[in-house]
Amino acid sequence: MDDTALWIVSLLASTVRLATPLVLASLAGFYSERAGVVDIGLEGKMLTGAFAAAATAAVTGSPWAGLAAAIAASLLLALVHGFACITHRGDQVVAGVAINTIAAGLTAVLANAWFDLGGRTPSLDGGQRFLGLHFPLAEAVRGVPLLGRFYGEVIGGQNLLVYLAVLAVPATSWVAYRTRFGLRLRAVGENPAAVDTAGISVPWLRYRAVLITGLLCGVAGAYLSIAQGAGFQENMTAGKGYLALAALILGKWRPYPTLAGCLLFAATDALQARLQGVALPVVGAVPVQIIEVLPYILTVLLLAGFVGKSIPPKAAGQAYVKDR
Amino acid sequence: MSQTVPLSVPPQPGPWAVELVGIDKRFGPVHANKAVSLRIRAGSIHGLVGENGAGKSTLMSILYGFYQADEGQILVNGAEVRIREPKDAIALGIGMVHQHFMLVEEFTVLENLMLGAEGGALLKDGIRKARAEVERLEKAYRLDVPLDAKVADLNVGIQQRVEILKALYRGAQVLILDEPTAVLSPPEVQDLFRILDALRAQGRTILMITHKLKEIMAITDAVSVLRQGAVVASFHTQDTNEAALAEAMVGRRANPAVRRPGAPAGAPLLTVEDLSIFDERGVERLKRATFRVRAGEIVGVAGVAGNGQSELLEALSGMTPFQRGRVHVNGRDVTPESPMDPAQARRQGIAHVPEDRLRRAVVKPFPAFQNALLGYQDDPAMADGPRLNWKRVAAATARLMEDWDVRPRQPSLRTSLFSGGNQQKLVLGREMERDPNVLLVGQPTRGVDIGAIEFIHRRLLAMRDAGKAILLVSAELEEIMALSDRILVMCDGAITGELAAEDATEGLIGRLMAGITDDMEHGSRADAAGGAA
Repeated sequence: MDDTALWIVSLLASTVRLATPLVLASLAGFYSERAGVVDIGLEGKMLTGAFAAAATAAVTGSPWAGLAAAIAASLLLALVHGFACITHRGDQVVAGVAINTIAAGLTAVLANAWFDLGGRTPSLDGGQRFLGLHFPLAEAVRGVPLLGRFYGEVIGGQNLLVYLAVLAVPATSWVAYRTRFGLRLRAVGENPAAVDTAGISVPWLRYRAVLITGLLCGVAGAYLSIAQGAGFQENMTAGKGYLALAALILGKWRPYPTLAGCLLFAATDALQARLQGVALPVVGAVPVQIIEVLPYILTVLLLAGFVGKSIPPKAAGQAYVKDR
Repeated sequence: MSQTVPLSVPPQPGPWAVELVGIDKRFGPVHANKAVSLRIRAGSIHGLVGENGAGKSTLMSILYGFYQADEGQILVNGAEVRIREPKDAIALGIGMVHQHFMLVEEFTVLENLMLGAEGGALLKDGIRKARAEVERLEKAYRLDVPLDAKVADLNVGIQQRVEILKALYRGAQVLILDEPTAVLSPPEVQDLFRILDALRAQGRTILMITHKLKEIMAITDAVSVLRQGAVVASFHTQDTNEAALAEAMVGRRANPAVRRPGAPAGAPLLTVEDLSIFDERGVERLKRATFRVRAGEIVGVAGVAGNGQSELLEALSGMTPFQRGRVHVNGRDVTPESPMDPAQARRQGIAHVPEDRLRRAVVKPFPAFQNALLGYQDDPAMADGPRLNWKRVAAATARLMEDWDVRPRQPSLRTSLFSGGNQQKLVLGREMERDPNVLLVGQPTRGVDIGAIEFIHRRLLAMRDAGKAILLVSAELEEIMALSDRILVMCDGAITGELAAEDATEGLIGRLMAGITDDMEHGSRADAAGGAA
């Protein structure tokens, strides 16, 4: 009984940790896509952010400098995306793929050139990372059955960026539905011509959205390399940017349902790690490979129609050309 | 529309709300506005009429800040202003209701009204203020709209009210309406006119673009006619009539082309009975058209654009199904129950030169020889089994280009690189070379240079003299009168008259285009409004 409870608590804690980069990245995608700019380049921006964070933290010894560098690097790529898709009306998907390709290659090459560790950055010690925060009374209530451990390991004990991701969801919802910027953001993704005729600049609005995307992707990247992990590894995002996009689609481009999608993916991932090598009732031990593909099978099934029709913002993917 | 619109008393001559002085605008080679000057009295409804491409929308877009005029001045309330973008126009109290609504369909009415005029960084306060203000406006102008409904769920008439409210909410004193009635049913038109009347009564100024002359007579105080980018006439509405407006729109001939009558016409090749088309909203766009086209004659269809001519061509060519009536062509009966698609129509000996060449007749990026085959790609003479023989197609295209004087004579040149006239000759050649019995041709010389116009006219007459039946739709009255043996005139989807070429005068055609079927001088504004259905 106690074993089961511990197992569940550790599963939940792991889910929260795995969900954090997905939440940050899918909210990043939320801003861009609600403004009508499809962003397949979340992955690349995150990866670049992860590298910049780890490299800077390793050199300066400060996680804050690392976080700032991650945001700066990701913003730069976001500007490239905006320049290509907003200013020059390029194809948004192609520009996003280009960003992913550049990020995958450049981070590995730079890591090798600068640190010569086979595509890694040096391992970071505690002072160079965002570590878990100790909540008050965590030790005192640890003895309380179930709730004590839950408080100490799931609610508390996470690093700063996890709490940032948790706050980002209501903040995004508030911005999108309660502010002038949010109203315009949603409008420009549905009908940019309406925004234009209302006397609002479509490019400037979209640039702001894309920059917020860059900011959040940078934080997500930093989380991977200097909070959850202790250094950068080649291709360490491993498709999380795409998974975040999938969560956004599952969540029908709304903040809270998107959060639910992220948690679902993260929970499957956490479960997957715990099922490896475990003999299940009836079927016995399942090969690792089958368990590892579970999250992806789930994604395909859900996207294939279990969540109902998911309609993207109407103007997503289209450059706005003032033409009548 | 059985009831007369209640009209307020026409305003006393007041100050000018908007003055456009010498507005000139070119888009590349197209001279969209030629030194246009226009003055609109404050508190009046001013109509702007003209054919498609006459420059009305460009002019209004300049006033709303979408485009910059190359030359000219804009004065609002007597002071010269610069309008660089819509924001400037809004700040000057100018609002615009676009023909295609600028609404966010996923938003509620209230959100749409607030967009761009939110009244602060947070929506909360703005929402309360907006509700109060909109309710006041709704009451003042009887503009009922459900504020919390999603725009996508509203019908077109209500969506238009939202657009009008949107402009008023931004404090518009001058309201530009771009073809506001194009999408409305007759009762909705009545509602709109009631609202416009209320706005005028409250001192707002309205500029209304329309094709429909009855509406001009029914609601406006003054009207200006644009033709080929220039203002050709301005009237006080009470001093003019629909016939005069129609004539001004299509223009008088400078030097009338001499008509060359053909031999007496033979047996009917195309018989149309009771043909009707209903659009997806159930509005009858083509109303019980009945006529015949005989061998060896050209029947011209005249009318102000958008009065059913396009629907007629599309129904006869098989592009649009029709819901009532019967077409008899080359021994085949076409009815709603046994429709005919365009491929069958071609096999039936009906050739079609569509009105919109670039959208319907050619694929612009294709080389000329591919477009010369388009629609006839099943011709066994051009293929070896399932494989098209491009060499043979190119050779046939070279012959066609020679015969039709398409320049340059390069079958492999991209079609978009040919001039409009040469593209049109290619299309006409494609359709006429296959020796059809019946030719449906829309706007054969639109966007075509003068030399090519004469060439095309000669070929159409030659085809007639060869004993074929030709149905010619054209916005150029001159062209209709020069080529046709008989002339059908359409108004509001119905054929309002049929004239023998000898009897046709511009005045007579103009009256029929305006829907006046008797010879009486037309009556007062109220009468015109009463008949505006």
